[in-house]
Amino acid sequence: MSKRFAIGAAAAALLLGSTALAGAQETGATIGMQLEPPNLDPTAGAAAAIDEVVYANVFEGLTRFAADGTIVPALAREWSISDDGLTYTFTLADDVTFHDGSAFDAEDVVFSLTRAMAEESTNAQKVLFEDIASVEAIDPATVEVTLSEPNGSFLFNMAWGDAVIVAEESAGSNATNPVGTGPFRFENWVQGDSVTLARSDTYWGEPPALETVTFKFIADPTAAFAAMMAGDIDAFPNFPAPENLVQFEADPRFAVIIGSTEGETVLGINNSKAPFDDVRVREAIAHAIDRQALIDGALFGYGTPIGSHFAPHHPAYLDLTEQSNYDPERSRTLLEEAGLSDGISVTLKLPPPSYARRGGEIVASQLREVGINAEIVTLEWAQWLEQVFTNADFDLTIVSHTEPLDINIYARDDYYFRYQSDQFKAIMAELDETSDEAARNEILKRAQQQIADDYVNAFLFQLPKTGVADARLKGLWENAPTQANDMTGVYWEE
Amino acid sequence: MSGAYSHRPRRYLRNPSFLLGAILTAIFVGLALVSLFWTPADIARLNVSARLLPPSPQNWLGTDHYGRDLLSMIMVGARTSIAVALIAVGVGMVIGVPLGLWAAARRGGWIDELIMRFNDLVFAFPALLLAIMITAVFGPGAVNAIVAIGIFNIPVFARLSRAGALSLWTRDFIMAARVAGKGAVRISYEHILPNIANLLIVQATIQFSLGILAEAGLSYVGLGAQPPLASWGRMLADSQTMIALAPQLALIPGLAIVLTVLGLNLLGDGLRDLTDPRMEAVRR
Repeated sequence: MSKRFAIGAAAAALLLGSTALAGAQETGATIGMQLEPPNLDPTAGAAAAIDEVVYANVFEGLTRFAADGTIVPALAREWSISDDGLTYTFTLADDVTFHDGSAFDAEDVVFSLTRAMAEESTNAQKVLFEDIASVEAIDPATVEVTLSEPNGSFLFNMAWGDAVIVAEESAGSNATNPVGTGPFRFENWVQGDSVTLARSDTYWGEPPALETVTFKFIADPTAAFAAMMAGDIDAFPNFPAPENLVQFEADPRFAVIIGSTEGETVLGINNSKAPFDDVRVREAIAHAIDRQALIDGALFGYGTPIGSHFAPHHPAYLDLTEQSNYDPERSRTLLEEAGLSDGISVTLKLPPPSYARRGGEIVASQLREVGINAEIVTLEWAQWLEQVFTNADFDLTIVSHTEPLDINIYARDDYYFRYQSDQFKAIMAELDETSDEAARNEILKRAQQQIADDYVNAFLFQLPKTGVADARLKGLWENAPTQANDMTGVYWEE
Repeated sequence: MSGAYSHRPRRYLRNPSFLLGAILTAIFVGLALVSLFWTPADIARLNVSARLLPPSPQNWLGTDHYGRDLLSMIMVGARTSIAVALIAVGVGMVIGVPLGLWAAARRGGWIDELIMRFNDLVFAFPALLLAIMITAVFGPGAVNAIVAIGIFNIPVFARLSRAGALSLWTRDFIMAARVAGKGAVRISYEHILPNIANLLIVQATIQFSLGILAEAGLSYVGLGAQPPLASWGRMLADSQTMIALAPQLALIPGLAIVLTVLGLNLLGDGLRDLTDPRMEAVRR
């Protein structure tokens, strides 16, 4: 008798527990992410995971990306641009306070931009601030930014996570205790597990619907699948295993969200290293790759082939996939012309994401067909950043470049693929001086053509945003114009 | 000593453990050997358009997520597992057995203490954890997996051969050899080693099965054999997100691991029963 009672009590407790959980879901959301950010300061780190937690949630910039990729006002409510394109005058939002209670004003903007462009700045995207000549506070609500030369993408640059506004008092500790002006304030970080944000009561704009947001880090795709299925996680905006999406699609509890990202995935080639300093060898690699097989095998068909370093959904996109079409015969001929008819042995260094690991196996197999023997070396992110990204100690690698409109990385001599072209730099310089949209798009097309002609890297595919969410959770971004999980517009449907 | 029992083959065939173990082991060793010359399909060639096919006359076990023939993968995987485990056990024996014999010859002395405490130190770490530690430091790959598995085999063989040798050192025939002027090295080699050989062979069979498990475990976490070399452990890891789409992708390499390990354990059990004189007495 007492045993039966115990079972009944346990069942009642379970029921209570589950209703309590269901109740809690209405006000909070748990978002799954595959990678944990190394720190939480977007102005001092390149990792996408930092922005995926704090961008638009904790930190705001002068401008910001909207869900459709357009640039909209954020802390700067409006602005005017001088006729010569050199002076930007921003009018800032009123009544803005940082989460620690200190007030936000023009001095914080001056501090943030000056700090980011300084010589000793640790900003991962210093190039965004390169053209700024001076930043001045006209009055507490007005900031004037003077550029050294006209830059048509300045407002775009200011929308990046690396250009968010921080307070001088808290700038040093943002890595572990981020203090921003956003709709959510940082609450807790359990290393290796999760980051919790809570709705800020002092937010200057429209308050978000969610009271708490928890970002939970689950590296293993199988565990992510199980967590989603069990309801431990409400949404996984970048679900790591595309093969599971079929199952989520078949389940009415879930909504599968397929969008595009800014992730141009390339087979990175070390241009400074023989034999890859010979354009014929790079062209041979490009022709050896069957993009459709790669997309089917690595991404289960989700993904768009690209022929240059440019996102297909951008208006300036130029489809150059035919220029580097799959033609193994041509590859062999080119290798022969380059004096490598006996084949070559190279290393292919792969970071952890499945698109890279799986893509790497397929690419290695396709390269082997034309006589390029690629030995696969699998690396953890820290090793990849050190060996490939920082020291350019590699032959080939596969990685997705997730920053928006980042074709200008080809103008940097010391970028990891070590491409050096004065012609390309001239195109980028011209782009910087042009602010007319149509003219800019024409220049961007020439830029795409230039790197496709030089076969800098083998351009593979545009990474899809393969998300899955509880069907009742609305307002998540479909596309990823920047690396972010903007939770301001997310709500539970009744 | 060797007259205590006989080696008639029929006795072996009547032992069910030995028989079943030998058959299972022979199947997988056979698959591995055949894969050296021939596999149904080339596993280095990926054919993505033919991925995740169910079993059919062309692909007896179906294809994996890259369109590779699963039977060919299992065959090459058997080769990887068996080669890694066999070499690793070999490394363990070649280093462990002389250490054990040396310790026994110097029993009670500081050499004995030193060797055995070193063994305890290695033994103190769980085997797979030690292997993960080694491959994490020296980088993933089949060679480092061999080294890692080999190292945790050393104390197993050192202890076993020391224990076996210690009991022999008190026997009369060893005494006779010493009186005849033979040195410790020669006695160990000529008289002790042959008499503990059966112990070592049985233990080697068991360690071999553990080695296969360890290799699969290392490959599963990505520290074993690297692609394009096929490995059962990595096949399992690759297929786990696809278990609902194509369960055979996980089941088949899983079964291969289970059957090989089971076969080797049964073989080891059977060999022990058949070569241990005490077991002979029990049977009568």
